[in-house]
Amino acid sequence: MLEIKNLHASIDGKEILRGVDLVVPTGEVHAIMGPNGSGKSTLSYVLAGRDGYDVTDGEIIFDGENIVETAPEERASAGVFLAFQYPLEIPGVATMTFLKAALNAQRKARGEDELTTPDFMRRVKAASEKLNVTQEMLRRPLNVGFSGGEKKRNEILQMALLEPKLAILDETDSGLDIDALRVVSEGVNALRSPDRSMLVITHYQRLLDHIVPDKVHVMSAGRIVRTGGPELALELEAKGYADYAGEPA
Amino acid sequence: MVAVQETVDQVRQIDVDQYKYGFVTDIETELAPKGLSEDIVRFISAKKNEPEWMLEWRLDAYRRWLTMTEPTWSRVHYPKIDFEDLHYYAAPKSTAGPKSLDEVDPELLATYEKLGIPLREREILAGVEGAGSRVAVDAVFDSVSVVTTFKDELKKAGVIFCSISEAIREYPEIVKKYLGSVVPVTDNFYATLNSAVFSDGSFVYVPEGVRCPMELSTYFRINERNTGQFERTLIIAEKGAYVSYLEGCTAPMRDENQLHAAVVELIALDDAEIKYSTVQNWYPGDKEGKGGIYNFVTKRGDCRGDRSKISWTQVETGSAITWKYPSCILRGDDSQGEFYSIAVSNGYQQVDSGTKMLHLGKNTKSRIISKGIAAGRSDNTYRGLVSAHRKASGARNFTNCDSLLIGDQCGAHTVPYIESKNASAVFEHEATTSKIADDQLFYCLQRGLSSEEAVALIVNGFVKDVIQQLPMEFAVEAQKLISISLEGSVG
Ligand SMILES: Nc1ncnc2c1ncn2[C@@H]1O[C@H](COP(=O)(O)OP(=O)(O)OP(=O)(O)O)[C@@H](O)[C@H]1O
Ligand SMILES: [Mg+2]
Repeated sequence: MLEIKNLHASIDGKEILRGVDLVVPTGEVHAIMGPNGSGKSTLSYVLAGRDGYDVTDGEIIFDGENIVETAPEERASAGVFLAFQYPLEIPGVATMTFLKAALNAQRKARGEDELTTPDFMRRVKAASEKLNVTQEMLRRPLNVGFSGGEKKRNEILQMALLEPKLAILDETDSGLDIDALRVVSEGVNALRSPDRSMLVITHYQRLLDHIVPDKVHVMSAGRIVRTGGPELALELEAKGYADYAGEPA
Repeated sequence: MVAVQETVDQVRQIDVDQYKYGFVTDIETELAPKGLSEDIVRFISAKKNEPEWMLEWRLDAYRRWLTMTEPTWSRVHYPKIDFEDLHYYAAPKSTAGPKSLDEVDPELLATYEKLGIPLREREILAGVEGAGSRVAVDAVFDSVSVVTTFKDELKKAGVIFCSISEAIREYPEIVKKYLGSVVPVTDNFYATLNSAVFSDGSFVYVPEGVRCPMELSTYFRINERNTGQFERTLIIAEKGAYVSYLEGCTAPMRDENQLHAAVVELIALDDAEIKYSTVQNWYPGDKEGKGGIYNFVTKRGDCRGDRSKISWTQVETGSAITWKYPSCILRGDDSQGEFYSIAVSNGYQQVDSGTKMLHLGKNTKSRIISKGIAAGRSDNTYRGLVSAHRKASGARNFTNCDSLLIGDQCGAHTVPYIESKNASAVFEHEATTSKIADDQLFYCLQRGLSSEEAVALIVNGFVKDVIQQLPMEFAVEAQKLISISLEGSVG
């Protein structure tokens, strides 16, 4: 599904990713952990194709193709989804309107018919109920005045509707209370499928208790420096990142 | 052009005599020589078969105009207009324009395509030479029944809706009483010029207690467009009457006449309500800003009666220069004025627009919601005045001015003036300026929207409060228009 080879990327000439190598096979869930500022969010942006991030070397092979030059909206339609660490607000645009515009834009790009309103409503209703997202929230402007936890639930709702092939979740657990963490994790688990891969960025083992990963990677100073099974997360929780600090630049 | 040829053939097939009088003969090409003089004013008045009093009124305006100078206080810049180098009378569309659509700015044609404008209408909108007369014939041919049903229904209700020229001939008493009573002849340089040489426009009179049974708008879409560069509109709502009037057109209109100076006067008597909506989309000029329309408009409503209400809603996307301040004089006690505005500027457009709310009566209320969107290298200024007269106890105003910038080569400015001579007046003012942030855009792109769809979505969210004020069927068109106006502003 996803194969990252020797990926180098910089912002304003400053190199942040310094040769990332990572493989996420179809159907697997991988976690990325690592100290603040190690480049996890940067990696997620580069995978999604954000403007201003220059890929200076390496490849991102998604579904058999190198997507380094592909526009962000085309990557999205091809099945790359990013749940943002800090979801954005769009005043005046109802969440529902946004969801419909996004879903139909992706369908159009894939040559599928746009959904009719009743069809769309049915899908939203099913997905939102599972995530405790109320109708009232769906009518409100996108993320405006949403609490931290509500924003994160809204991200997972979008993921459920858009049914991506690759979902990158950037600290979706931060800011969630215990109940919301369970709801969100269940939502994510319900989307686990043999056809879908996930890359879960987190600082905490507690998320990985709910969403048990196939592999755990440690990122430090712009590289994946270690890869192991779920037990690696427990080890990190116990020992911290001291072993990985001061990686050569 | 195939479509037009078809129409011409169709018209030929029916009895030509039917069209010998009326429409077609009116449209015969005629153009007054350049420049302005008493003779030209007389010529215009004669052309329109106006009564003596109207001619005197025009001449008086002309003499006063000679003593005035162009205002320079607004934040718009343009080469000095040579008023002696303009034609002040032209039979509709008789001025030289492009010979065919092949000579028209391809960007403009692309816009027509996107808006789904029928082919034959594109020619008139683009000002193709002779297209006006051909299509006017066509309009008579196509829409006789629509217009008749429409006129019948209005007549039944007692509503008068006709051209101002017709009203001057048919309803001189009403016109004499109200014309110039809201925008005095000497109000400002452009209004005075308009008073001397106005071409045509609409006249609406709604009698006491009558609720006009329909939106006064789209039925005359084609005919009304030929009102010329000095449009004059007068709307009167008698006691307890209600009318909603919609002017303009979402399609960008080209015109060889670069200067447009309209005057609109609204009068609402006791308990009457007038809702006036505008969608203005004059040609803004090409990519370098060449050839666009200068639009200097004076629009004012007089809430003359107690508990009367006047509401202006405008969506401004066109023109190279817009200079426009639809205002309300809140004269009656408990009267209300509203101004809802969306002004979009892109390319090299300059917009200086806003409103004046003059509180004279007791417990008068006003509300101003202005949304300015600047993109490209454009400049977008909100200029507003809220004032309370000494006797205006309990006056209240709420103003909200939001600006949205797209890119970093455009400018947005807010110039609010407040004057209060009454201690009990309460005026509130809120203003924000924001930018479409890169991360907001990226968020939308990541969800699969193109950058144009993303800008459209964000902008439509921004203007939502004003769009809601437009008549339903127009709201959708206006939203589409705003998106098209901003195309190419990012990426
Ligand atoms: N726009 C930018 N300009 C300059 N430096 C940046 C920019 N964005 C990120 N960086 C830097 O890149 C490095 C990696 O940041 P990134 O956000 O990817 O870290 P992270 O691993 O996600 O951290 P956290 O765990 O705190 O979320 C940091 O040193 C950060 O300061
Ligand atoms: Mg991060």
